[in-house]
Amino acid sequence: MDEEKYIASGVLELYVAGSLSEEENLEVYNNAQKYPKIKQEIEEIEGSILAVTKTLSPGLVDGFDGVKRKLAIGDTETEVVQMPKKEVNPIWYVGWAASLLLIAGLVWMYTQNQDLKSQIKVVNQTNSQLEQQIADSYSSLEKSQELLETLRDQNGTVVALGGQEVAPESYAKAYWNKSEEKVYIDAKGLPEPPDGFVYQVWSLKLDPLIPTSMGLLVDFVSDENKVFALANPNDTEAFGITLEPAGGSESPTLEQLYTLGVVSSS
Amino acid sequence: MDLEPLVERLQQKDLSAFEKLYGMYSENICGVINTIVRNNDLAEEICQDVFVKVWNNAESYNSSKGRFFTWVLNIARNAAIDEVRSKSYKNSKKNLSADYFVSIVADDSAVDSSIDSIGLTKLIKGLKEKCIQLIDVLYFKGFTQKEASEKLEIPLGTVKTRNRSCISQLRKNMQL
Repeated sequence: MDEEKYIASGVLELYVAGSLSEEENLEVYNNAQKYPKIKQEIEEIEGSILAVTKTLSPGLVDGFDGVKRKLAIGDTETEVVQMPKKEVNPIWYVGWAASLLLIAGLVWMYTQNQDLKSQIKVVNQTNSQLEQQIADSYSSLEKSQELLETLRDQNGTVVALGGQEVAPESYAKAYWNKSEEKVYIDAKGLPEPPDGFVYQVWSLKLDPLIPTSMGLLVDFVSDENKVFALANPNDTEAFGITLEPAGGSESPTLEQLYTLGVVSSS
Repeated sequence: MDLEPLVERLQQKDLSAFEKLYGMYSENICGVINTIVRNNDLAEEICQDVFVKVWNNAESYNSSKGRFFTWVLNIARNAAIDEVRSKSYKNSKKNLSADYFVSIVADDSAVDSSIDSIGLTKLIKGLKEKCIQLIDVLYFKGFTQKEASEKLEIPLGTVKTRNRSCISQLRKNMQL
């Protein structure tokens, strides 16, 4: 590199002025590191600017003390410098302690909250169980009242169903409200049906024998009062209950006729 | 006194190094500020703030980006120009932003003379008006070459060389 030419270009003057780009600055810096002559030139240029600017000084009254005051470093004593630092330390620890306490408190409150939540859950469950029981009781009561109404109804007909060959001990009762086309079957006297079988109720015409299915006694085992409501729009002459495979049959299996009762003509 | 170790010590928050650097440059930096704000007390006030900034931001300085003096000079110019542009300054009577640095000689009252008029006059002896203006915008105001060429109506390509010859004249005058 031609150092003289580089110096003569005026780039170093602009370097001192600070009006070069970052890349140009770096280039000058690198050249100054490499060529002592360039570095010396830069220092001389800076020296001339320092000379001019120095003549323009406002005459510093306060001097470096003013700067130190603004730095809040204090005047001269080093103790003064350290004092605030020492005072900060306890506060620092108190701050840490406080935040640890806060964290511990938050954890404690969180577990408390979780406990309460699970307690509420349990209470809610119990609550809904009780509600279910109440609802069940209501519907059971309604059913009983309905049954009572049917029994008391003057249009009601009571038919006793006696045990047949298959089960001579069994019996049942049919409460038939003709105007409402409803039949209540009281099947308390029937034995539990074997697995895979179900009782089916039939409305029978006697001459000739025409059976019409009225429905199944669903959930026989779990039903507590064993009273079943069935619709009966038929002009029934007799009621029969047979044991049928699960799901019921198209026509009654007469060999498995458990009970039968003829409606007395009124 | 070597500059680079001092700057390094400053960056490590060495107060005595900072004091030395302050001693080396405070008159110059405060002088530049003074030419912009034209008020001795205000100039020193701003100048102190500039050195506080130098202390606080010393780590951000990197010698590969330019001279230490140039870095401080840049902070000072910005601080002074901000002050002049601020409302508080507009309210005061002085409004000399169009002036070049040498006009401070005429501006400085004889009673309260703090600047070295004789020294300055000697240094700028023989310098053309355009040279004074160029030195002013490049060193005292921090203009770029482009801004300087527009402001002084000289071709962009000649800013560099013309400035070089102006500074050379200055350096010759220093030998007198």
